[in-house]
Amino acid sequence: MHWINFPLLTVMIWSGLLIYWAYDPYRIGWGSWTLVAFFPDAFYEALGLTRQLAKGMAYHYFFGVLFTLNGVFYILYTAISGEWRHLVPDRRDWKESFQVVLHDLRLRKEAPPQGRYNAAQKISYTGVIVMGIGSVLTGLAIYKPTQLALLTTLFGGYQSARTIHFILTVLYVLFFVVHIAQVARAGWSNFWSMVMGYERLPAEEATANTDTTDS
Amino acid sequence: MSDGKDKRQPETDAERAERLRAQAMTAPTISEDEFKTKSRRSFLVGGAAALAGVVGWKWIDMQPKVDRIPALLRTNHEVAEKVWRGLYRPGAMAPTFPISASGMPRANGRHGLREEIDLDAWSMQILNHTGQEIGRMDMDAIRALPKVEMTTELKCIEGWSQIVHWGGARFSDVAAMYPEASQREYVGLATPDGEYTVGMDMDSMMHAQTLLAYEMQGEPLQRWHGAPLRLVTPLKYGVKHIKRIGTVQFMDTRPEDYWAERGYDWYIGH
Repeated sequence: MHWINFPLLTVMIWSGLLIYWAYDPYRIGWGSWTLVAFFPDAFYEALGLTRQLAKGMAYHYFFGVLFTLNGVFYILYTAISGEWRHLVPDRRDWKESFQVVLHDLRLRKEAPPQGRYNAAQKISYTGVIVMGIGSVLTGLAIYKPTQLALLTTLFGGYQSARTIHFILTVLYVLFFVVHIAQVARAGWSNFWSMVMGYERLPAEEATANTDTTDS
Repeated sequence: MSDGKDKRQPETDAERAERLRAQAMTAPTISEDEFKTKSRRSFLVGGAAALAGVVGWKWIDMQPKVDRIPALLRTNHEVAEKVWRGLYRPGAMAPTFPISASGMPRANGRHGLREEIDLDAWSMQILNHTGQEIGRMDMDAIRALPKVEMTTELKCIEGWSQIVHWGGARFSDVAAMYPEASQREYVGLATPDGEYTVGMDMDSMMHAQTLLAYEMQGEPLQRWHGAPLRLVTPLKYGVKHIKRIGTVQFMDTRPEDYWAERGYDWYIGH
């Protein structure tokens, strides 16, 4: 379920860009001064994203259903298996997540205590799920703004829901960049643990350990 | 908390650190040898899954096109339509806004408007499901119906939107004049020259905010906004707001629709 997100989000972002091309007002700037425009024409041209609004909508709606189902199954799995205990942050994790960041940046010697995931991981992994829920809900608010008018109003109206939907997408991309950087930093062995769902132990320790773990 | 500690006693930092350490120890671990076997298996499973993804993607892409999009995606639009028609609540109103928030939208799309027409000679032809003319209404007849004003958000399929103040007659009042003929599932609308067409489901047409509009921002409709009469419904994107209506037909089959034939969802909106 974790890995499916990569192709699903790739398709969602690609088809989202096909839709966004038709009306692309977002930018970071002040007044008439623009720092970053989303996006320059050359960006769409280079990636072949122009003049395909209908196609974009068709793909976005289909893969949006798959993305939602995958998210629902993931949340159900995490809730039922009890894995959520390792992932949902508690009150102290908020403070400790800063310590983790400082530690990762080599500005702090000792890492705060951690379970299977550290405080920063817990907050970002739980946060990305909340973002996913946000994307689905803002998506629905844009998709059915009359039948789901309450939801659309909750997000501040139609254009506001679109803006939030877009910002969340930018945040996914940032999350992805940091996520990949962290996995690369953690090394190959950790990557294989991600793939397989097991941690590797040196042979002698593992024998000792299998007796005590009940998973 | 999860391991049944007394909830009245707040956990100390040391206790929490100990609990987290214990949690970390429960991670499923395996030996180096087993890891090698399992990693080979994972590699194969991962490779197969990636391949399946690529094949699935190509399969969608290579499907025969139905109105310019792959058949599967067209079916997806139609399944979504069934679901949302099932969930449709006629009482659900699109949000309305103060007139002060409204303004002129840009005039998008000139299909069906290029010919000059004599507005005084204009009338809207009404057809039954067999295509037989059952009536005509000129502007006097439309204006004789109760006038409704509403300020709603016009949403273009491109993504922009504009709050607009509209004035016109409810389509449901026109349908009420043809109680027999209007007992159909769809309404097809077309410009006088037939170039632009819109297909609508009857539920959306009978909605209280679906108007045959002749005023925009308190002024008579301008040519490129669809004079003398256009459809307005906040339930649907702007593409369904046909301008310069020439014919209205009550139908049993899904009416043709200019943009649906060019890759868009036929139902689109709500």
